[in-house]
Amino acid sequence: MKPSEIVPGGAALMEAAENTEPQSQSIAWKRASLAGRRRVQGVAFSLLWLAGLITIAALAVIVIFVCVRGIGEINFAFLTTPPRGGLSGEGGMSTTIVTTLLLVVVTIVIAAPLGVGAAIYLAEYAAENRGVRGVIPFLVSIARTGVETLAGVPSIIFGLFGYALFVVVMHFGFSILSGALAGACLILPVIIRTTEETLYTVPRSYREGSLALGATKWQTIWNVVLPTALPGIITGIVLSVGRIISETAVFYVTLGGSHNMPTSLLDPGRTMALHLFYLATDTNAFEKAMATGVILIISTILINLIINTISRRLTKVRG
Amino acid sequence: MVPFKVKITVNRYNLYYGNFRALREVSVQIPANSITAIIGPSGCGKSTFLRTFNRMNELIAGVRVDGEVRMDDQDIFTSDVVELRRRVGMVFQRPNPFPKSIFDNVAYGPRAHGLKDRAKLAEIVERSLQDAALWDEVKDDLRKSGLALSGGQQQRLCIARALAVQPEVLLMDEPASALDPIATLKIEELIQTLKTKYTIVIVTHNMQQAARASDHTAFFMMDEERAGMLVEFGPTKQLFTSPQDQRTEDYITGRFG
Repeated sequence: MKPSEIVPGGAALMEAAENTEPQSQSIAWKRASLAGRRRVQGVAFSLLWLAGLITIAALAVIVIFVCVRGIGEINFAFLTTPPRGGLSGEGGMSTTIVTTLLLVVVTIVIAAPLGVGAAIYLAEYAAENRGVRGVIPFLVSIARTGVETLAGVPSIIFGLFGYALFVVVMHFGFSILSGALAGACLILPVIIRTTEETLYTVPRSYREGSLALGATKWQTIWNVVLPTALPGIITGIVLSVGRIISETAVFYVTLGGSHNMPTSLLDPGRTMALHLFYLATDTNAFEKAMATGVILIISTILINLIINTISRRLTKVRG
Repeated sequence: MVPFKVKITVNRYNLYYGNFRALREVSVQIPANSITAIIGPSGCGKSTFLRTFNRMNELIAGVRVDGEVRMDDQDIFTSDVVELRRRVGMVFQRPNPFPKSIFDNVAYGPRAHGLKDRAKLAEIVERSLQDAALWDEVKDDLRKSGLALSGGQQQRLCIARALAVQPEVLLMDEPASALDPIATLKIEELIQTLKTKYTIVIVTHNMQQAARASDHTAFFMMDEERAGMLVEFGPTKQLFTSPQDQRTEDYITGRFG
């Protein structure tokens, strides 16, 4: 083989490349349209900037309003004494903080394993059945539609369902257990959806790499897929924690509203958000309601910060 | 009779995606302890054929096969798929180390097969990395993430990972196509040293690579129904210098593909 034939037609290509000259005539119209494109870009940027500004301003106004009205009531005693009840809304909010924490823990303990498990099934096992006919694929498609629908159902529906099933039929009464079970129903779709989406983002090549080494499907899921998806799964759980802390309707009809300190899971209670609602509607202590709101906002921010840090650290170890 | 020791025998093998036949009546014998290259134009079923040997095609819904594929006289379709994949390792087109440390990447296979002994694992990791010509570059920091390595190093890490389960056959699906020329050369040198211990089957669309690096070459192309078929198989030197089939000659002289 002669050197010139190493690449077929290579010599002709080189010749053509060397003979090309810049085409200067066609530049004028490009300049003209450039000014127009810059103007459009300027307008678009301004609009986007304005949208961002309005959103942040709205959020700031709410937070500032709540803080200004409520901050005066917040002190050590407010956080550490229980509410005394009654029309004047005397006392602090200690029991509601404990109830909220307890409720969040119990709800997540119930919902997270169920939700993550369901998502693994849908993403890793049921996905194989897509486009296949049969009883199990049919049930899976119903489950998938169900999850999507549940995510959009108003929370009071979950509350009434929880009241009917857990409070009345199962005799758990107005209690933290009933509230947690109803709350779990509320956040299950959130956990399933976020986990499932995260599992789909784990590269196929990781799964293939693991299977090609003779790992079983379960070993692949447990050792490669889940660790990779962990930050996303945690994000889903954090979103759910926020949902439980801020939820009122579900717990209004399942938790009982007692402001006493809960001593067991079968005791009634009230969360911070519920306490805020009672203070604002049943008492004259509007400032105390706002103070409770400040604590709610702060705890939400804190939880997000903590979990973001955990999630980032996990990512760093792996990445 | 064939003039070499046969590792894998393929006999009238067909593969279908639903109703579409992707591989038609492939029959070939893969020699043991040597390098077999599979070449052919894009879409001719080279990779699909390669993925037959460790049954990776089964991960795709709707895939159906018939015909016979035997490794050491054992039907691969009736043998246990987990054990088959331990015996038949695979290196993919794009380096795909797990987002874990270098050590954990290489130890992944042995661990999956139940090995827990730390000292034994460390020994396997060192030997595998040495065999993959990566040990000297990473021995000081095995805790480093596999993703922090360069592309060529990542691919050698993937080779080490495959070697760690002591396979008999090593499948390579265009292992150098995502790498720069220097890294490519390193991988090719490595493959040469590996053939004494392993039967290597490598898919490539780079004919120079096939000519340089393989002992036998199989040429695939599509028939009129777009099904992949084996046109010619032979010693690499013979296939490139005096091809028996006109289509092989057309392809290697660059007339199509």
